[in-house]
Amino acid sequence: MRFSRLALALGFSLAASAANAALDTSPLPPKKPGWSFDGPLDMYDRASLQRGFQVYKEVCSTCHSLNRVAFAALSSDNGGYGFFTGPQAKAIAAGYKVPADPNDKGETTDEKGQPLMRPGITADHFPPPFPNEQAARASNAGALPPDLSVIVKARAGGPDYVYSILTGFHQKPPAGFTVLPNKYYNPYFNGWNISMPPPLAPNQVTFSDGTKATVDQMAHDVVTFLSWAAEPTMEDRKRIGFGVMLFLLAFAGILYLSYRRIWADIH
Amino acid sequence: MAGHSTYVPKTRFAKWLDSRLPILRLANDTMTTFPTPRNLNVWYSFGGILTFMLGIQIVTGIVLAMHYVPSADKAFDSVENIMRDVNYGWLLRYLHSNGASFFFLAVYLHIFRGLYYGSYKAPREILWIIGVLIYVLMIATAFLGYTLPWGQMSFWAATVITNLFSSIDQVLPGAGTHITQWLWGGFAVGDPTLNRFFSLHYLLPFVIAGLVVLHIWALHVPGNNNPLGIDVKGPQDTVPFHPYYTVKDAFYLCLFVILYAIVVFYLPNSLVEPDNYVPANPLVTPPEIVPEWYLLPFYAMLRSIPQKLFGVIVLFGALAVLVFVPWLDTSRVRSMRFRPLAKQFFWALVVDCLLLGYLGAHRPDAVFPGTGIPMLPFARLGTAYYYAYFLLILPLLGIFETPKPLPATIATSVTGHGVEQVNAPAE
Amino acid sequence: MSVATTTADEPTRRDFIHIAAASAGGVGLAALAWPIIDQMNPSASVLALSSVEFDLSPVQAGQQVTVMWRGKPVFVRRRTPKEIAEARAVPLASLPDQLARNANLPDSAQATDQDRTIKPEWLILVGICTHLGCIPLDHQGDFGGYLCPCHGSQYDTAGRIRRGPAPENLYVPPYSFLSPTRIKIG
Repeated sequence: MRFSRLALALGFSLAASAANAALDTSPLPPKKPGWSFDGPLDMYDRASLQRGFQVYKEVCSTCHSLNRVAFAALSSDNGGYGFFTGPQAKAIAAGYKVPADPNDKGETTDEKGQPLMRPGITADHFPPPFPNEQAARASNAGALPPDLSVIVKARAGGPDYVYSILTGFHQKPPAGFTVLPNKYYNPYFNGWNISMPPPLAPNQVTFSDGTKATVDQMAHDVVTFLSWAAEPTMEDRKRIGFGVMLFLLAFAGILYLSYRRIWADIH
Repeated sequence: MAGHSTYVPKTRFAKWLDSRLPILRLANDTMTTFPTPRNLNVWYSFGGILTFMLGIQIVTGIVLAMHYVPSADKAFDSVENIMRDVNYGWLLRYLHSNGASFFFLAVYLHIFRGLYYGSYKAPREILWIIGVLIYVLMIATAFLGYTLPWGQMSFWAATVITNLFSSIDQVLPGAGTHITQWLWGGFAVGDPTLNRFFSLHYLLPFVIAGLVVLHIWALHVPGNNNPLGIDVKGPQDTVPFHPYYTVKDAFYLCLFVILYAIVVFYLPNSLVEPDNYVPANPLVTPPEIVPEWYLLPFYAMLRSIPQKLFGVIVLFGALAVLVFVPWLDTSRVRSMRFRPLAKQFFWALVVDCLLLGYLGAHRPDAVFPGTGIPMLPFARLGTAYYYAYFLLILPLLGIFETPKPLPATIATSVTGHGVEQVNAPAE
Repeated sequence: MSVATTTADEPTRRDFIHIAAASAGGVGLAALAWPIIDQMNPSASVLALSSVEFDLSPVQAGQQVTVMWRGKPVFVRRRTPKEIAEARAVPLASLPDQLARNANLPDSAQATDQDRTIKPEWLILVGICTHLGCIPLDHQGDFGGYLCPCHGSQYDTAGRIRRGPAPENLYVPPYSFLSPTRIKIG
């Protein structure tokens, strides 16, 4: 799905290459703001995850799907990887409408022709904002907003890259660079012409914990959330990894002593 | 298997079993009392490490197959389901995907060890050829496995590699096209291709396991080569495999697993292209298609040749030439410790393969960063050297090189009376 | 991997290190085995469906609807006062299976009609015949409850076995009332 968008981007960048021939429009190296989950023992910042989810829900989700994430994943109950309680996750799921099964008469639409919907349950995944790719393109000037489930793993630079894109707008293009119609200047994007309009504006969301909603803060929080969405099992991985490393180092030490003792006979 | 068995069944059951299925005798003779040269160094640990990695790949692969769905619509999502919902699915998948890389790391060290110490020479030619077959099957298995997540890299790797066979059209018009369509089960890579790739990816590791048994059998007939490359002259040159080499192999295996665990737990995606987390799209090719790191040298060779069929021949020839190494190397001395010239050409081959690996990760028209020097001539030179090493240098060195004198026995060498001090336990 | 090498000096410590090495190896392999075993247990996506909620309000007296729960049919039956009265009139001693088989009660609970339901009006049952796993037909058979088409087991209006080869009453799954018109099964 993202390919078609890439194809479009490439197509446009070819068209732009005539206008921007004199410029090297390869992307700037991403910014490195530092993340709560950078180090081998570091975990996701819970407060940032909750704020980031709010940014996704109120801003990103109007165009971007999150198809591979289930509402159940938001819950930390029963050993889940989430950052909400079970009832909170259930309430979030119920706030979404998902396609319902046919009713008793076999109908799949209501009297107005709208598809039958029901409230989400935790076993559902986040419903996409558009019913299909064509509808998504029609609403976005031909561009397809990519699914965000694994976006952080699907881009070189990972969280740094996504953060740089989100905060890389509102700069003046260099002299001689042509911003194409329906495109926006973003020097962190390959070709510098990006189809996504600047998504974040100051105070676009109101954080319940009182954090000031600057563009930088919202970008940082939503990238933390998207990193979690791409790899919710990271915390288990690091925790188990720590134990495994300790065990293996100790085991290597014991094996070394055993090895030296056995070979001591040889001479 | 070499020499007579020293196994003496101790219990009544062992005696009863021994006259019906002498499996305990086999285990005893091959894994316990097997006389092994006393001077094997760390580079001889990779046989055990490779057996371990094959086991890891088979076990994790079988359990991943319990959750994976080989269908173009569902493959990507089923992998995400493994990563998110299956209990320890993330661990099993990262063990398996990174396991392939560590399997190849070990096999390359194992192969270069064989090349350095002349382990392919008589009487170990069959042992070497079985090893080459295992390596070729490993490449096939890894390629098939790489297509299964059905990301962009999976899809386009499958497309590019299967299209290699279309080059046959240049000698037999139409035949290459028929072969690729036969491989695909359609007119492009698609659902039928993915299904058969999954089936073969499941099958081949068991073929490899069978070849490993033959490989070990062929090893146990002449016995291990050793860093001195001289034959075992008597019991003073050997130690029983157990406990001496079981514990030594276990120790080095543990060190190897530490490296493996660091990648699995802390850098699990460092060896994959981000594009493979983008679902396959037959309409858009990613800007840069590269294979996994362990196939990059061959990819560099392929891309350095502008003519399609010739490029494919060079690629497969680079593997085929390995089969003939036992006869291409004409020197009567096995170990390069005693071959001053061959040693230098050997290390040049190692550097050459690393260079080809670097070049294989870049487009053929790329330049070395910051210099403007084009890469293509180096890729061609590297390819030429790879072939020259096996086809020219090894045959000629045997004639023109004067080897250093060999020690009389392994034992004299180890105990300090020989040419070289080889203190095995201190390695 | 423990090795029976002995020398005159400190044999105990020698053996100890080999035993420790072999034991640690065994522990490592056992730890590796657990993920390989546990991956076959129900995954998070399966567990997310381990309880379902159901709105009772559309179900009329004398009607039954079937809900899927953990891959099995669950009968939700709104009983008429007559059916309740019939079920309550049966003496416990005449029942082939006198245990309630109700997951919401202790195992020893008895198969009175009171112990088969939470609210008498609502009979909630796992719709699987306790004989060989067929799905019984509702409002059929001599007792007005259920008739299993496979081997003719007959259940009454409380889902208790009355005649035929089935050994036990139909099971009552774990459920609770979230509100007067909404239940959660599981």
